Amino acid sequence: MAIFIDKDTKLVVQGITGRDGSFHTTQMIEYGTQVVAGVTPGKGGQTFDGPGGKDVPIFDCMDEAVEATGANTSVIYVPPAFAASAIMEAVDSGVDLVVAITEGVPVLDMARAHAFAHDRGVRILGPNCPGLLSPGKSKVGILPAQIVTEGPIGVVSRSGTLTYEAVFQLTSVGLGQTTCVGIGGDPLIGTNFIDCLEAFEADPDTTAVVMIGEIGGTDEQEAAEYVKANMSKPVVGFIAGQTAPPGRQMGHAGAIISGAAGTAEEKMKAFEDNGIAVAKRPKDIVGLIQDALA
Amino acid sequence: MNIHEYQAKELFRAAGIPVPPGEIATSPADAETIAKKYGGMVVVKAQVHSGGRGKAGGVKLAKTSAEAREHAENILGMEISGLLVEKVLVTPAEDIETEAYLGVLVDRKKQAATFMVSREGGVDIEEVAHSNPDAIRTFTVDPRYGLLPHQALWLANELYDDPKLMKQASKIIGQLYTAFIDGGCSMAEINPLIATPTGEVKAIDAKVTIDANELFRRPNVAEMRDSSGEPPSETKAREAGLSYVKLDGDVGCCVNGAGLAMATMDLVKYYGGEPANFLDIGGSSNPDKVVSALEIITSDPSVKVILFNIFGGITRCDDVANGIVEAMKRIDIQIPIVIRLTGTNEKKALEILADAGFSAYTSMDEVVEKAVELAGEA
Repeated sequence: MAIFIDKDTKLVVQGITGRDGSFHTTQMIEYGTQVVAGVTPGKGGQTFDGPGGKDVPIFDCMDEAVEATGANTSVIYVPPAFAASAIMEAVDSGVDLVVAITEGVPVLDMARAHAFAHDRGVRILGPNCPGLLSPGKSKVGILPAQIVTEGPIGVVSRSGTLTYEAVFQLTSVGLGQTTCVGIGGDPLIGTNFIDCLEAFEADPDTTAVVMIGEIGGTDEQEAAEYVKANMSKPVVGFIAGQTAPPGRQMGHAGAIISGAAGTAEEKMKAFEDNGIAVAKRPKDIVGLIQDALA
Repeated sequence: MNIHEYQAKELFRAAGIPVPPGEIATSPADAETIAKKYGGMVVVKAQVHSGGRGKAGGVKLAKTSAEAREHAENILGMEISGLLVEKVLVTPAEDIETEAYLGVLVDRKKQAATFMVSREGGVDIEEVAHSNPDAIRTFTVDPRYGLLPHQALWLANELYDDPKLMKQASKIIGQLYTAFIDGGCSMAEINPLIATPTGEVKAIDAKVTIDANELFRRPNVAEMRDSSGEPPSETKAREAGLSYVKLDGDVGCCVNGAGLAMATMDLVKYYGGEPANFLDIGGSSNPDKVVSALEIITSDPSVKVILFNIFGGITRCDDVANGIVEAMKRIDIQIPIVIRLTGTNEKKALEILADAGFSAYTSMDEVVEKAVELAGEA
């Protein structure tokens, strides 16, 4: 098993003809993801030339694409100005999961899009996230396939490349993954740590979870309390930004320490207080997971 | 993006919020002229992207225009939180009966614009939240409908008992929401919102943060950017499309991805060093970006060693390697560079670097330890 995506995931790529959209569509098809449709307004009726002769039909709108192909998941590589609209279109089309890769979406646009998705019971992952990957089953987004392998560890993170670092180290010692999820670095995200922890707890193949957080907000603190109250599986944590100065945005729009809230120190303490082993360095994650599973 | 008080007041005025007049002076003589024009008492206020202006001596009351000139002389050129004051706002002083707090920001947990109001204005709201949390009332606006008139009235009712003041406040709350949405703000604050002895409610201070992701569609707001308060290296980085924050250490860091960049800084500290900066070269790193990154890092004279930590995903390691080699041709770099590259097109990258006389590490810990060691020797 895996969480959120698996072999039955049938994917529509919104923005399939763009530079990023076309590059990553090829990568996803090569990994084995069932990419059943693409959407680019004005290019309906054309075909995306996928690798290995796996061509993908392109539609003008999401409702057409979903009706024609039975897609249940969408991934969005649409520029920031149009991303929230694309997300809401996907939500309206009947898919269950919308993965928003786009970075730089205005926060107030996302407030509307999240409310819209919430009303219709559709899960959004992101925006400003690398997507997710269930090794051996499906890849949706931009996570590099060469660093993952099948196994029992669930990985959830606010970061992109830091996730790769952690997954790469797990894989290098033979600790494979059920699913690796990047929830995104923005202040308003659709799927948070707790949603992922809940799914990993329910997934019979996941035996332990790695949770990678960073400065800003209180999601990690709430997730830590959730772990203590609801999880039987061990969780290992890491927090980036111990050396970040207060009041400055560290790349991610959501990574900013405001007042005394959201510091790495506070988050690491919340982890420790709630029984989550804290890795001091990314490298230490592996040893802590091995200890937890021993 | 932070804007100055006088700019925030322009946004508020455009939304109809009652804000006393005011003009900007860049010299003591200007300040005197403006004060003369208003007559009576004026306030001279430092315009700088920092809180705590009052405590730092950047806000002064003047009884005469000559006194306004004197205050401007002292305030212009002073540093507040390390930022040079180059402008003062001169504004007529108001008679104050009560001071309240009114603010709206994007709440992460509620995922929507959320108002905060309190009768305890004129002081740091975070302190009130800490010492007397019951004195603050919050209300989250449903983005489906926006702020409804009765909700504005509820909030106004929290602020004033006098119906006349309540009505004015209710209107101002609606106008603040409009200014917040139209300006693409992530935070808009009136502290204090005053009531005068004659029963008028006015905004005498204004603080606004703009969501940088909104600027592409709000050119009028984008023009409000004042780069004078930030180090030139940060301005240059922004123009080159890089995320960069200058810090006080000596290990210059160049990393792809914000999370990995923060983790790299932390690891520098773990091994006993101090990072000189946060720098994320972003996802698709063309060689030009790497050149800009190196120019920015080496423009900081305290940097003693440059540390690259690249985990190739979308970023191709060979692009980064080409960028490093190109940068070495274009700029004269006298300090050591240590490189860690792994992931997409790693082999090709190592060949490019080897041809140029560089070697690279594959482990993050090794490269950081080496960088800290070299910084210590320099």
